[in-house]
Amino acid sequence: MDQSNEQFAIRVSDLVVGFGRRVVIDHLSLDVRRGEILGLVGASGGGKSVLMRTVIGLIPRQGGEIEVMGTGIGSTFDRRTQAVAGRWGVLFQQGALFSSLTARQNIQFPLRENLALSDTLLDEIATAKLEMVGLTPEDGDKFPSELSGGMTKRVALARALALDPAIVFLDEPTSGLDPIAAGDFDTLIKTLQKTLGLTVFMVTHDLASLNTVCDRVAALADGKIVAIGPMRDLLRSEHPWVRAYFHGKRSLMLQPKAS
Amino acid sequence: MATAPQLTAASTGDALELRPSGSWIAANGSDLEVLSNAVVPQLEQAKSLKIDMSGVSELDTLGAWLLEKLSRRLASGDHPTEIVGISENNAGLIEEIRHVNRHNPPPFRPRNPVIVRVEAIGRSAWGSSEDVAVFLQMLGSLCIALLGILRRPRSLRLTSLVYQLYRVGWQAIPIILLITFLIGAIIAQQGIFHFRKFGADSYVVDMVGILVLRELGVLIVAIMVAGRSGSAYTAELGSMKMREEIDALSTMGLDPVVVLILPRVLALVAALPILTFIGSMAALYGGGLVAWFYGGMGPSIFIARLHDAVSVTHFEVGMIKAPFMALVIGIVACSEGLRVKGSAESLGKQTTTSVVKSIFLVIVLDGLFAVFFASIGM
Repeated sequence: MDQSNEQFAIRVSDLVVGFGRRVVIDHLSLDVRRGEILGLVGASGGGKSVLMRTVIGLIPRQGGEIEVMGTGIGSTFDRRTQAVAGRWGVLFQQGALFSSLTARQNIQFPLRENLALSDTLLDEIATAKLEMVGLTPEDGDKFPSELSGGMTKRVALARALALDPAIVFLDEPTSGLDPIAAGDFDTLIKTLQKTLGLTVFMVTHDLASLNTVCDRVAALADGKIVAIGPMRDLLRSEHPWVRAYFHGKRSLMLQPKAS
Repeated sequence: MATAPQLTAASTGDALELRPSGSWIAANGSDLEVLSNAVVPQLEQAKSLKIDMSGVSELDTLGAWLLEKLSRRLASGDHPTEIVGISENNAGLIEEIRHVNRHNPPPFRPRNPVIVRVEAIGRSAWGSSEDVAVFLQMLGSLCIALLGILRRPRSLRLTSLVYQLYRVGWQAIPIILLITFLIGAIIAQQGIFHFRKFGADSYVVDMVGILVLRELGVLIVAIMVAGRSGSAYTAELGSMKMREEIDALSTMGLDPVVVLILPRVLALVAALPILTFIGSMAALYGGGLVAWFYGGMGPSIFIARLHDAVSVTHFEVGMIKAPFMALVIGIVACSEGLRVKGSAESLGKQTTTSVVKSIFLVIVLDGLFAVFFASIGM
């Protein structure tokens, strides 16, 4: 048992989630290894965000087990989940920055709530995080409504990383960014994963991100994981939805140039 | 897994060697800060610094920054700092941290508190003149929108108007009935209790009738509507403003005043007189019941006395005021909604301002009407 806990950051087994009579996640099992970047793909409305929100305890589940860093997650948000929450950071799709706090205060918020640090050190840490995600210290004094889309994502990532968590959950981190900014973001996530030893669980539609940063890719279709493995394995998958996803018009850049 | 962090300092002559060990991670943040502050005096005397990282079992951004800060304290005085024993995992992080916080923020200059205070007073005085301008601007754009409707009656948003009437009129009836009923009953009970001392308890009918029809009915209903519907208008328009929905309307060539504000204000102007009438009747009913059960005055006597005591003028005075109060509430609520900025806090602030300001203006307007009606002898 200890062996498996050491190896896996997140273990999901036989998970069932639904709203009313509609079943979104249907007996799904998924393991995320420690220190890897796992990309999750799936159709729009197919339950990718639902899976992520269930793992972090925001959506109650109807069946199955979820273990994060060896701790079982309750079916609703409780103390035990909160204790694990110190070890994960979440980047929400829209950033979910606190609109009445500045960018710097947003980053300091988890630090201030969890640790007793001096104001000077809090400021220095916040500035360090801002610079690590590619922003300037001046950006720290802006309010979320004054930030552009890309800056919002960066500040949200800096906040998710404030406590140096073991796992970060990213919900479509590169959506709405231009290719340069998205590329920078990919590099940033890769660098942070290497330097901080992060486990990254990333919901994304960005084929370039999947190809360049993800160690493994999981495909979610019909409420189940239909294919999982490195990108080259998924490209060879025979599942019709996976084939349609990776061999569509937009995916030509991923095809081998041979023949 | 996590072990308590330690920092040992060994100085040989001018050279200082620091040996951090254990978990230098955010979870130990406060201990780490104490540890690194403790070696600062020794650092200030040292000429060269060596940091031996081989004892560090875990390292994250916070720990790396504290060590970097220590090394920078010395490196600034062009003395060499040497960091040895960096494990492979941490090399990237230390390299990354070396580049941050290089940029000195501009020094913060505290301002004279008296000047800050005076500035705040000046700004709020300027702000209140701006309030008048915003109110007049909204009134003006409503008038223009209304003229446009008169020219092309089909451009009126009838569905929206009916829906708003349903919300601010029909749905408000139960609570208005309850509150005004209770107010009428309380006035009658107090009147009977005090008038009885000098045998004038039958005059309670005059008091309840005139008070309710002329002043209280319309005032209570207007205040209720300001709290119930005015706040809803401000919050709705404010969150639409926050999510750029109003900008989206404008780019489609539609005037937000015509689409959103005019139906809301017209609905209020139509609903408030009706609610006032219903509220006044409920208050008289409540007064009548109390007069019957508490004062022993039967319904037929109550109605006969009421007939003598109040004239239709009293009723008119109350009803004339209602649409004007509705207009004030609607204009204040909508213009405050459009002043919401990007944050959730400003939405709350503007909603509060909207309710406070519209209740204040309703009472001021009531006073002005009292002067006006007195001078024309109504």
